[in-house]
Amino acid sequence: MASLRDIKGKITSTKKTSQITKAMQMVSASKLNRAEENAKAYVPYMTKIQEVVGAIATGTSDGAHPMLTSRPVKKTAYLVITADRGLAGAYNSNIIRAASNAIAERHSSKDEYVILAIGRMGRDFFSKRGSNVIGEVIGLPDQPAFSDIKEIARRAVGMFTDGTYDELYMYYNHFVSAISSEVTEKKVLPLTDLAVETGTTASYEFDPSAEAILEVLLPQYAESLIFGALLDGKASEHAMRMSAMKSATDNATDLIGNLTLVYNRARQAAITQEITEIVGGAAALD
Amino acid sequence: MKTLTVNIVTPDGPVYDSEVDMIIAKTASGEIGILPGHIPTVAPLVIGAVKLKKAGKSEYVAVNGGFVEVRPEKVSILTQSAEVASDIDVARAKESMKRAEQRLQGKTDALDSSRAELSLKRAMNRINVYEGNI
Repeated sequence: MASLRDIKGKITSTKKTSQITKAMQMVSASKLNRAEENAKAYVPYMTKIQEVVGAIATGTSDGAHPMLTSRPVKKTAYLVITADRGLAGAYNSNIIRAASNAIAERHSSKDEYVILAIGRMGRDFFSKRGSNVIGEVIGLPDQPAFSDIKEIARRAVGMFTDGTYDELYMYYNHFVSAISSEVTEKKVLPLTDLAVETGTTASYEFDPSAEAILEVLLPQYAESLIFGALLDGKASEHAMRMSAMKSATDNATDLIGNLTLVYNRARQAAITQEITEIVGGAAALD
Repeated sequence: MKTLTVNIVTPDGPVYDSEVDMIIAKTASGEIGILPGHIPTVAPLVIGAVKLKKAGKSEYVAVNGGFVEVRPEKVSILTQSAEVASDIDVARAKESMKRAEQRLQGKTDALDSSRAELSLKRAMNRINVYEGNI
């Protein structure tokens, strides 16, 4: 049995760990609040742009814009949105597993796909396995602004337009609630599933022409989709980190309880032994 | 007098939301002035200032591209970034103007110089809006 001092040391160190995890939990909780606010601020932009894109894309009969039409797929791009750090439960591994499973299923050789990585964990995973990582953003702040990912979003859309790849999929964690999130695969390009909402579709005048507007609008729309996924991912990252840290704190509390029990038992045993020894000594004197 | 509601929204959130009398914006095919009751229109914007006239005064908002959606009582401007004059970080804009100028002077490939040109345009637009000389 461990000595009293050993147990005491273990209790102290577990306590310290739990203080840290507790603090991290609270930090994540406040970051989650901010992330949710950011996601909310983004909603009006997205609904508006969707509305207009829907109105124009359905209004123009010849939907021949290259970003709207599917073409034979020679190369696929996967945009994988992960966190930069671990300690967030299964957040990163869920996304990476989903993405690498899909890739393994769909492609037989490494030349058929490329990876765009947002977040260090995803970048490291895919570059270590020899996948072709053609774009990466790491070290994003906890509350990213659009300008932080503008570069990669623009490149991702640009490379689709110039034919580097013919499809773009996105993998990220969709934030459902503070305790649950789900890995989501979303096809960004070509834009085949435009949310067409009839009813509000006013008939617009286009200046100079519908095609010229699509030229501006569609890249902007695709880039916003990527940003939206990032915001969603960040919110669920903070949520998952929060719940991971919460269960770590709970585990530490349990552990401290058990150790305290063991400690008290050991202390009691030591006292009993001492008394027995004293009584035994006194009896020997008689 | 009739007014119309203006919304300027970016991915980072709404920038401007108010009732105004008239809007003047620079679109790809030239400047347009929008008054209440305008026919529904969509037009792409270029990097420039949007002028918002309200009760005899005008305000300026720097927008970096995007597009404008006009409805009879409501105008929405969707852009990837926009700042009202008081929010502009003019030191940063001057800094990036300098950087862009240096890059333009150094001989680089076409892609780089077109990027530098865009960032120069954005920076100058911000500075102009901040200083109010439009």
